[in-house]
Amino acid sequence: MVSTGNELLDVTLLSLYVSGMATILGSAIGIPLGALIGLKEFGGKGAVKTLTYTLYGFPPVLSGLVVYYMFSRAGPLGDLGILFTPTAMIIAETFLVIPLVTGITITSVVEVDRSIKDTVKALGASPSQSIITVMREAWVGLVMACMIGFGRVIAEVGAAYLVGGNIDGETRVLTTAIMLETRMGHFEWAMSLGIVLLSVALMVFLFLRLLQEREML
Amino acid sequence: MKTAIALEDVSKKYNGVVALKGASFAVSKGEVFGIVGPSGAGKSTILRIMDLLEAPTKGRLLIDGQYVAQTDARAETVRRNIGMVLQKPVVLNRSVANNLGYSLMIRGWDEHRIAEVVDAELKRLGLHGRRRTNARNLSGGEMQRLCFARATVHAPSMLLLDEFAANLDPANVSLLENQVQEYMREDGNRTVVIVTHNMFQAKRMCTRIALIWDGEIVEIADRKKFFENPEDARTAAFVSGESVY
Repeated sequence: MVSTGNELLDVTLLSLYVSGMATILGSAIGIPLGALIGLKEFGGKGAVKTLTYTLYGFPPVLSGLVVYYMFSRAGPLGDLGILFTPTAMIIAETFLVIPLVTGITITSVVEVDRSIKDTVKALGASPSQSIITVMREAWVGLVMACMIGFGRVIAEVGAAYLVGGNIDGETRVLTTAIMLETRMGHFEWAMSLGIVLLSVALMVFLFLRLLQEREML
Repeated sequence: MKTAIALEDVSKKYNGVVALKGASFAVSKGEVFGIVGPSGAGKSTILRIMDLLEAPTKGRLLIDGQYVAQTDARAETVRRNIGMVLQKPVVLNRSVANNLGYSLMIRGWDEHRIAEVVDAELKRLGLHGRRRTNARNLSGGEMQRLCFARATVHAPSMLLLDEFAANLDPANVSLLENQVQEYMREDGNRTVVIVTHNMFQAKRMCTRIALIWDGEIVEIADRKKFFENPEDARTAAFVSGESVY
């Protein structure tokens, strides 16, 4: 149970840490992957895009289950001993961020006007310089991808519960704490935690929006 | 004069629709070559092929004495020696100075040298006071002047202009045309190819002109002959402003 101010702070900070790291890792993989899929021509591109969009609906509990199996004693990576740690939670949530960030990046870079892509090429940019320039032009969409990725993981409970175990002082985050408090009948306290969760999300989104609207110079 | 660029029997189809039929012509160094014709005749397609942005369906492109295709390893090097300005000014979502410096940045110029060149160029363009403004906040004329400067700041040996002054006021048209003339004066070995539907501009600027009609080059002549004594009836109709549709 989250009963003191210090405990609430710990749970809140852990929520931010796990969701933030999952968003950073998921974006570090999803943004380049999305740019590659969006800007390169290759066979089966349509199928890859459809698969990516389908994975938007990837159930958190399934992501948790896969990571649980991988890091359980019987699993191939069981020796690492990271099950029921924040690291396992970050890994499970990263899998949830990747398809969202990849998909939104694909859309964002494809939406960059063809005249920009042609101009960059005509000015003499190499293929890698062209991709970087187009990504910069798609900045608003890329930040949006990170926002949506963060929004998904800060609010999810299935993966965090399954691979974290909701251990007091170790892997308890705001969503799993809300679940616990609700089960214990502490509805008002659960509701308060919900308000804390929304406030944390609000602060992160405010920061990301400022980043998004930053004038490019 | 040596040949700067030549098309040999170049054709282009888009989804089965013919945009260009067997175009063959050569442009010499030191020449301002005009390509005129009605809208949809294939003028821009020729320019895109010349800049290696499009691969021809058939035929070959010769630049500086060597055949080159869009897929060649050296296509990027060849393209880096060509400047291109489109009808619609296209600026990147960054400052005026960074837009101008982009051409130099991708060529690996040192930051200090870029700053020096950009500073001098912006002063010349009358845009120095707005160097930190996002280029998207410039007027249409300022944007096009910036695009022109960005296409020429690295001193390419060939300039391809696609209706580059079509939507501008007379003052900006005059400024840009003067810049083209200045670009040519700086080095007698340079080449300019201008695509335009503006007869007056072609008359003012071009030494030789080609008329393209429905994807076909129907006549190529020097300026005087093209306007005063054209061989093809379609050229005569086009230069006299008769309806061609």
